Amino acid sequence: MAELRKEDEAVDATPNVTEVETVEAATETAAVAAIEAPVERGEPILQVRGLVKHFPLTQGILFKKQVGAVKAVDGVSFDLYQGETLGIVGESGCGKSTVAKLLMMLETATAGEIFYKGQDITKLSGRALKAVRRNIQMVFQDPYTSLNPRMTVGDIIGEPFDIHPEVAPKGDRRRKVQELLDVVGLNPEYINRYPHQFSGGQRQRIGIARGLALNPEIIICDEPVSALDVSVQAQVVNLMEKLQDEFNLSYLFIAHDLSIVRHISDRVGVMYLGKMAEIGTDVQIYDHPTHPYTQALLSAVPVPDPEAREGRERIILTGDVPSPANPPSGCRFRTRCWKAQDKCATEVPLLAIPERFQGSDSPAAHESACHFAEEKDVVHAA
Amino acid sequence: MTTIDKKTSATSAPLLEVRDLHVEFHTRDGVAKAINGVSYSVDAGETLAVLGESGSGKSVTAQAIMGILDMPPGRIPKGEILFHGEDMLKMSAEERRKIRGRRIAMIFQDALSALNPVLSVGYQLGEMYRVHLGLSRKEAKARAIELMDRVKIPAAAARVNDYPHQFSGGMRQRIMIAMAMALEPDLIIADEPTTALDVTVQAQVMDLLAELQREENMGLILITHDLGVVADVADKIAVMYAGRIVEQSPIHDLYKRPAHPYTRGLLDSIPRLDQKGQELYAIKGLPPNLMKIPTGCAFNPRCPKATDICRTEVPALVSVTEQDGGELPGRGSACHFWKETIHG
Amino acid sequence: MPENTSATVEESAVPVATAPGSAVKGMKKDKPERVASMWSDARRDLMHNWVFLVSAVLILALLVIAALPGLFTSGDPYAKGFCDLSNSVVPPSGAHWFGFDVQGCDIYTRTIYGTRNSIIVGVLTSVLTTLVGCVLGMVAGLRSGWLDVLVSRFTEIWFAIPTMLGGLLVLAMLGTGNVVTVSLIMAVLGWPQLFRIMRGAVITNKQNDYVMAARALGAGGWRIAMRHILPNALAPVIVVSTINLGVYISAEAAFSYLGIGVQSPNISWGLMISDGQDRFLSAPHMVLFPSLFLSVTVLAFIMLGEAVRDALDPKLR
Repeated sequence: MAELRKEDEAVDATPNVTEVETVEAATETAAVAAIEAPVERGEPILQVRGLVKHFPLTQGILFKKQVGAVKAVDGVSFDLYQGETLGIVGESGCGKSTVAKLLMMLETATAGEIFYKGQDITKLSGRALKAVRRNIQMVFQDPYTSLNPRMTVGDIIGEPFDIHPEVAPKGDRRRKVQELLDVVGLNPEYINRYPHQFSGGQRQRIGIARGLALNPEIIICDEPVSALDVSVQAQVVNLMEKLQDEFNLSYLFIAHDLSIVRHISDRVGVMYLGKMAEIGTDVQIYDHPTHPYTQALLSAVPVPDPEAREGRERIILTGDVPSPANPPSGCRFRTRCWKAQDKCATEVPLLAIPERFQGSDSPAAHESACHFAEEKDVVHAA
Repeated sequence: MTTIDKKTSATSAPLLEVRDLHVEFHTRDGVAKAINGVSYSVDAGETLAVLGESGSGKSVTAQAIMGILDMPPGRIPKGEILFHGEDMLKMSAEERRKIRGRRIAMIFQDALSALNPVLSVGYQLGEMYRVHLGLSRKEAKARAIELMDRVKIPAAAARVNDYPHQFSGGMRQRIMIAMAMALEPDLIIADEPTTALDVTVQAQVMDLLAELQREENMGLILITHDLGVVADVADKIAVMYAGRIVEQSPIHDLYKRPAHPYTRGLLDSIPRLDQKGQELYAIKGLPPNLMKIPTGCAFNPRCPKATDICRTEVPALVSVTEQDGGELPGRGSACHFWKETIHG
Repeated sequence: MPENTSATVEESAVPVATAPGSAVKGMKKDKPERVASMWSDARRDLMHNWVFLVSAVLILALLVIAALPGLFTSGDPYAKGFCDLSNSVVPPSGAHWFGFDVQGCDIYTRTIYGTRNSIIVGVLTSVLTTLVGCVLGMVAGLRSGWLDVLVSRFTEIWFAIPTMLGGLLVLAMLGTGNVVTVSLIMAVLGWPQLFRIMRGAVITNKQNDYVMAARALGAGGWRIAMRHILPNALAPVIVVSTINLGVYISAEAAFSYLGIGVQSPNISWGLMISDGQDRFLSAPHMVLFPSLFLSVTVLAFIMLGEAVRDALDPKLR
């Protein structure tokens, strides 16, 4: 973090009225250089700090008046390391998809910073922004709506090259597209076909090929397999793991299916109502969860093994997730939490290693936003 | 080796029995054979899970039972659907209409589109009583509140005049369950009732459904693609692939010892929550095209065990036994190599 | 590892979709390498649709007549001496199939020559309304906010003016009309319908994930509009424009019938019907033949529009 701040100040200290333009150009060149520079494996490549996205609620037809805000993302921070997979889980409305859109700059953040290799991408423009866009790509949830039905597979996978022509010279593109088809396990001869001629799993492979085209460093996967049949999900998950090794990719893997997230992720973050409830390695989160919400979520997962679940404790939460337009005060989970006390209504718990675990090397010592964090294994039979 | 079909037909009439049902869809591109000889039965108080992927025919079977199949393009060339021993396919449209909703009710995946957005939920629940039982508006409303209480909607009396969009997804699905329960049907068909819900809400709704079914001694057909969801609540399970039942079993036995390579593949391809595995097992290939279902066993192009016989001969659903010939009641597999699959 | 190689994919290149209805979509018996798109699928459907085939043949014939009327008749209705008062109201005969009108002009020749004006009015009005409607609809649909509100409210006010009544008013004020003025006036009054369709289609398509995918790649607004939104939003517009073509032709006839559309000595079916109406009971042939051409033309365009709609509607597949 310290390093980050320094660079930030350097950028801020520019304005000198007469030289603004050249200085701007110089900082842009510096930013592009920073973006193009490689990052060591295991070093943070993406750092998200205090990310906030509020969608205004308006009333009126001609003269719109703001009457409130949906707090979709409300202060989320995490790091993504080079070469790892960070899983983000949570129920509908927790803000995980909004995080994806903010990282892709498909939405503008209300507040907060997103550092990609030390550059705050929310403040970039021009060449630097384009370089970032090339390096962060996305795979979408719905393979039926994420491919333009009027374009051939070749046009779809080749579109990134049209937008970033510096990546592949024109004459080379067809061969590149065919290579990409081969990489994702599709017949390169399918280049002239249209999306509706493919099944859901094959379409998702096309979406992945499009994401790979610009040779990115980070791929943000928003529920990439949840629309697929069970027997096809495994194929796509395996493909994604293979590609990660082959191309040295970092994944941000957003999903609601906790089993798949555990399978693919090195670290996992649990979101609830726009905030990060708990974050840690897969062992820390799945085998030693300390946040009551994580525990409830894990215990509710239906396991296709009646014997394994007989010994498991099931925590059935009461009620539904509150509206993000009007979240509870203090801890957002308190309205459904069996541990909630007065303190939870007044004091927002911070995401940090709980005091009782500080200095301990137990796997329970990981960041958890709960006043009464306590380890509880709900996944394994007693 | 007796076939399962013969066995079930010998017993006294169950609540619902589907016999050798075939459904096809005639389109301008040809004939899609959606169901190719499905037989199953449900008794009162029993829960049957029907498991399958998209295109397996699990929902089409349910639509045929409910009599809500679009015909044309749908056509039922063959088969019987016996409700209390009487073939519903031979009934008049009027007779079937009387059964629908009253004796057999259905719960859909998407509660929001199944409810009318411009009518209050109390009105929609009460409508069942007014139309079918001729109750007055006031009585119907009282019964609607009772129903909402039964499906554990908090503050039912206060919320009876609310509109569907004012309820959360889980609450809406409860209202759908209340609606299905309203006329105390003998059988409920639930088509992916919790698929659209969040995990923490899924468990609540599934528990509620199981509890009501027990109390009312209803038959329940639970259609799903998720092996996890049904594990707790179903008594028996039928696995469908390309319009056929490939395996049937009492629920617990299936997870322990699948007797069909497709079921085994499905179980193996699901990642575990309690440990981090290596690479996932993946069933190769794609679900079949219903317009050109492979000859022989429909699963053969994707099956690791497939040999020549699988490519030529359609395997019948046969009883599965222990290695020593001991009986395994209720178990059946439509695989030429079920012995190797279950005991191997 | 059970890798899903190209070989396994090859075997079942054709997908199975969820619902039985849609399961059928996209499955075809053709050779695997045939290039297929929504448009080529539609073309394939149309080739098996007799409504389309009949209307297409009719329209083709009408277009040829409009372009080269001389091929179908030896007479020239604009030539001096074409009409002979001694033939006034002579009924159809072997030499003159459609008979003669009051002025003693050959009705067959006049009907053939009248085709051009009708087709020009239909096509011109349709093209103009589609262009204006599409451009404004794209702008309003893409640019939500005040611009959309402004254009949409303006369109609603415009929409409230009935085309027929508005056209009557303006043409009556001008006194005389011709093919171009009639087309222009109908286009000025008719574009809001296409604007609304286009705007709606753009807004629907804008929300598709593939638009977001393009934005995520860094695609600019122009590229997204032209490559992703326009091709997908165009189908409903084309259908309505085709159906409207027939409607505009009949509207032109109505204006001419009322004496404010195409003026003599120009020829128009509406004008011919108007001329013949007084003697409809004694000499029905004067009204009958131009009416027949008019009805068939209008019907042909409406049938074509509906056939195209059916072919482009994925829900009907």
